[in-house]
Amino acid sequence: MPQLLEAFRIALDMIVSGDPVVFSIAFRTLMISVTATVIAALIFIPVGCLIHFNRFRGKRFLVSIIQTLFSVPTVLVGMLVFLLISRAGPLGSLGMLFSPGAIVLGEVLLIAPILTGLTISALSGMGRDVADTALSLGAGQLQMVLKVLSESRYMVLTAVLMGFGRAVSEIGVAIIIGGNISGYTRTLTTAIALGVGKGETSASIALGIILLALAMIVSVTVNTLQHSEK
Amino acid sequence: MILELENISQRKNGQRILSDVNLSFSKGAFFVLMGPTGCGKTTLLRVAGLLDKPSFGRMKYQSEPIPHRGKERLHVRRRMATVFQRPVLFRGSVFSNVEWGLRIRGISEDEISRKVSQVLVMVDLEGYGDRDSSTLSGGELQRVALARALVIEPSILILDEPTTSLDPNLRFNLLRRLKDLHSETGITFIMATHDFTDALSLGTTGAVMRNGRIEQTGTIDEIFYSPSTPFMASFVGMKNVFPAEFSEDGAIVEDLLIRHTSNKRGHGFLAIPPGAIVVSRETTVTSERNHFAGTIICIEREGSIFSISVNCGNLLMISSVTRSALSELDLTEGQDIHISFKASAVHVF
Repeated sequence: MPQLLEAFRIALDMIVSGDPVVFSIAFRTLMISVTATVIAALIFIPVGCLIHFNRFRGKRFLVSIIQTLFSVPTVLVGMLVFLLISRAGPLGSLGMLFSPGAIVLGEVLLIAPILTGLTISALSGMGRDVADTALSLGAGQLQMVLKVLSESRYMVLTAVLMGFGRAVSEIGVAIIIGGNISGYTRTLTTAIALGVGKGETSASIALGIILLALAMIVSVTVNTLQHSEK
Repeated sequence: MILELENISQRKNGQRILSDVNLSFSKGAFFVLMGPTGCGKTTLLRVAGLLDKPSFGRMKYQSEPIPHRGKERLHVRRRMATVFQRPVLFRGSVFSNVEWGLRIRGISEDEISRKVSQVLVMVDLEGYGDRDSSTLSGGELQRVALARALVIEPSILILDEPTTSLDPNLRFNLLRRLKDLHSETGITFIMATHDFTDALSLGTTGAVMRNGRIEQTGTIDEIFYSPSTPFMASFVGMKNVFPAEFSEDGAIVEDLLIRHTSNKRGHGFLAIPPGAIVVSRETTVTSERNHFAGTIICIEREGSIFSISVNCGNLLMISSVTRSALSELDLTEGQDIHISFKASAVHVF
């Protein structure tokens, strides 16, 4: 127990003193996760809108599949992207493997179902009333979709934050296709895993505290947004 | 005609909601669409307002066919506005709600500001521009929805039972406001209602729906005072509706011969308004052409009047009398009495 307390004290000291290694890992993780979340939001919020506002055969089944993929194992996504971008894979020529770009790609795919599914849920939650009101006041299809999105903005933003939360805390994608390369693709989660393996408890605890703090910021923001929605 | 619906049918989930609806709306009319709950009024309004496409049939706006898609359809839809039964206001202020229809049309800021202020005065909401839409009462919310629709200066304003969720006071105020707005703006109003008071106080023309079909259409007077079918007679509150065989002598209903002023022959229906049936204790010599003896089966209070059910042979007729007439005649259940009514009071269809 005293050893653990001592490790915890050293970890806090590393955070307070602004340890460059710890903070560069944290900054890289943030950059990768934010980039992945922004790209995924730009692609998959419109995809969610397309699915919600169109009628087609198998729509309910498709939504069920998307919801099932909310909890797809991160190592599975990591493995699939690895097969895709490894030298022998169809995108091998891009030379993306073991790069931050590869992690971004993997995380985009990982959080795609969350963003699509929660966007559909947010729009469904508005019912037909807002869409009908917009159309009855003369909105074109795009104006109507944008109005419904704007009216459900807190729920859509919650979807984005949930996606970010999953991206920042995943390890499967980062370790399989990032390679945990020091100073290049090492993220908070891969660094913690490595630190624990090497017995560097203090650094792992410091990184864990930062990860927990990020998770807490996301959680508090989501709660606040959901409260605003009511 | 500003809007015409031709052979409109609508199916939803395999069920036919509208069947072969033909309706025309003349410019500047206050058209009232009536019918029991679930008869298809809202579905018809959604088709008329171009919110839904019909499964079958076609529509015309100012004699030009309305296409099923494309810019031309949007152009026509922009000449209409709908106020729903339970309107939804957007997040934000009253002003931002009312201006939205103008903003999506690319109207300039100055014009928006002027028009919104003008329309808020029209619906008695002057000074409400900055109020948060979530803090409004039911009546205020309904008027904001009305302002939001009026500000875009539509040619046709569609109202789906706008008074249903309001208390009597607010309802009265909104009806009065709608009447004023109709005469001030010259907009064609199409309003669904199941309330006869709304229809009688506002409507110029109208239609009654039943099971997705138009049962009768015409002026409000024609609908209420000349119903064309037994359903219509019962819908507009007529009592004493009987099937009859019509001949030169009159109409045979059960074993009674009822005199009337119509030239109808063969099978049909007749209705006698309860208020036209005079009840007396003795046979009296009057100008009434129909006299029958009967027995009072029951006396029921219906608001400020009393409904008396009288058994005349095999026919049960209902007469309505005032409280003072009831006590003056000292009528009681089981009593033998006489009833009479004019031939001209008999409505034949």
